[in-house]
Amino acid sequence: MPQTSLGQPTAVAIIFFLLFVAVSLGITYWAARRTRTTTEYYAAARQITGFQNGLALAGDYMSAASFLGIAGLVALNGFDGMIYATGWLVGWPVLLFLIAEPLRNLGKYTFADVLAYRLQNRPIRLASAVGGILTVVFYTIAQMVGAGNLIKLMFGIPYEAAVIIVGVVMLMYVLFGGMIATTWVQIVKAALLLGGVTLLMLLGMAQFGFNPGNLYAAVAAKYGQAALEPGGMYVNALDTVSLGMALMFGLLGLPHILMRFYTVPDAREARKSIAWATGFIGYFYCIIPLVGFSAAALVGRDIIAGIDKGGNMAAPLLAELLGGTPFLGFIAAVAFATILAVVAGLTLAGASALSHDIYVNVVRGGHATEQEQVRVARIATILVGVLAILLGILFKGQNVAFMVGLAFAVACSANFPALLLSITWKRFSTAGATASILVGAILATGLIILSPTVWVDVFKYPAALFPLKNPAIVSMTASFIVAFAVSVLCPDRKAEEKFDVQKVRTYLAVGAE
Amino acid sequence: MTSVRDVEQSPEFKKLVTARWMMAIVLTLLVFISYYGFVIMVGVAKPTLAQRVGEVTTLGIPLAVLVIVFSFILTLIYVLWANASYDRMVDSLNKKLES
Repeated sequence: MPQTSLGQPTAVAIIFFLLFVAVSLGITYWAARRTRTTTEYYAAARQITGFQNGLALAGDYMSAASFLGIAGLVALNGFDGMIYATGWLVGWPVLLFLIAEPLRNLGKYTFADVLAYRLQNRPIRLASAVGGILTVVFYTIAQMVGAGNLIKLMFGIPYEAAVIIVGVVMLMYVLFGGMIATTWVQIVKAALLLGGVTLLMLLGMAQFGFNPGNLYAAVAAKYGQAALEPGGMYVNALDTVSLGMALMFGLLGLPHILMRFYTVPDAREARKSIAWATGFIGYFYCIIPLVGFSAAALVGRDIIAGIDKGGNMAAPLLAELLGGTPFLGFIAAVAFATILAVVAGLTLAGASALSHDIYVNVVRGGHATEQEQVRVARIATILVGVLAILLGILFKGQNVAFMVGLAFAVACSANFPALLLSITWKRFSTAGATASILVGAILATGLIILSPTVWVDVFKYPAALFPLKNPAIVSMTASFIVAFAVSVLCPDRKAEEKFDVQKVRTYLAVGAE
Repeated sequence: MTSVRDVEQSPEFKKLVTARWMMAIVLTLLVFISYYGFVIMVGVAKPTLAQRVGEVTTLGIPLAVLVIVFSFILTLIYVLWANASYDRMVDSLNKKLES
């Protein structure tokens, strides 16, 4: 085992981390004085520019899983890890073409606003809040458990302490600074992450004369040509397509991403923000494999796997090798900041579903004063934040890798079909939407439990009852079929009448906020 | 005063809707073809992707990067089209609504 200071809290790592927390709390203090109304709390007063929102979207989306996880996958599995990187990006153009602009023109704070525009308020809000909250909870569990493990590995602090630190700090951002603080924390984090990974990639490539060909030659010399070829990770084409569908359409149903489009002034800025986000995220996924391959060539697979079986420490180990303890400290702090920011975005999305969709619109029937709405939003934020900490501790030591897949499966099966059909299909009815959301959510969750990822890997049964690792291809299709069938069987006259006006608003933003 | 319903029935609005969906569907299909084409190749045509294009570099590596770059180019095409032609149509329809 080589000398590594990984796992010991170094002064540099702690200083960088404290610096990030200090800066982000400064932002929160500044934002808190600008956060009095509901629009400020949930939507940053709709004053974020397209470029800023593009960075913030990238910040919301690029989690520690994509940074440390994909670098590790590429380091240990070679080319197969790159396939993963492509799947994480291709949803963005589709989000732009199908959903983003109508969503911005029709809604107010959450994606449920779009459905409630012409469908019956109470049932549809309840159903979409279920889909939204399930997605957020599964995603948060994955992030929290990942955070606890990573921080324990990198800083050597106990798992529970790590989860509580992440929970408390992010709760401060969201609680006091609302969407304004959360957005700026995302922007700072995205810039740090992009800058840090670029530096790491450049230091790595410098060892190979900045020629990827030399890097691949070094990898092939060490681990054989197989490292550069598609291998055993993706055996079944149907499995790969189903996972690809979950990643692509799941993005179109992630509440914390959709919510960001309400922070910009209009559909034009929403459009620009996706172009920026796709640029930043695409760049990130293009250079992350180079980091992974460099780690394989320079650090070595046995050392990477020796420290963490999943390979998550490939990037930090490479940083230590190339830039010593100070650079390792910096990269560790960047990973910590990444986790904090993603959890903050998720918490705000969960809180808005609870307070705006369920409390204000279902319990109070849309009649709540501004003051009451902001108060309820803050109470919901505390609830979601505390829940995130408790779930993080409860799932300690569990294999939660499937949770991200589950979050995407529910998002693409429950949230996305209803959202798309309510924008495009005149005869889409309240009953059809409610049924489609519930069927999508239940089927996605149920089939994941019966799939190899949970039934075999977690419960240790010998054979899975459902063959695919990700059920998207079945559950999303079923959700669309149910939506069509139930809408035809139980039509909704009122909703059909409102479609013309909705259509004009979808395209021309007449009456949009 | 043009009402919302008149606008909805107007040929200009119908043209706008058709143009937007034509663009959206064609571009979405291009994303599908590039990404699912790549993924299906990983599943069924491994030897093709394992072909060498450089000294050791396999065809799969530039293709994976190409899928990402192509997605980004498609978003740019949409944004440029929308900024130039779609927004102009929207503005002219909105002017009618106001007058």
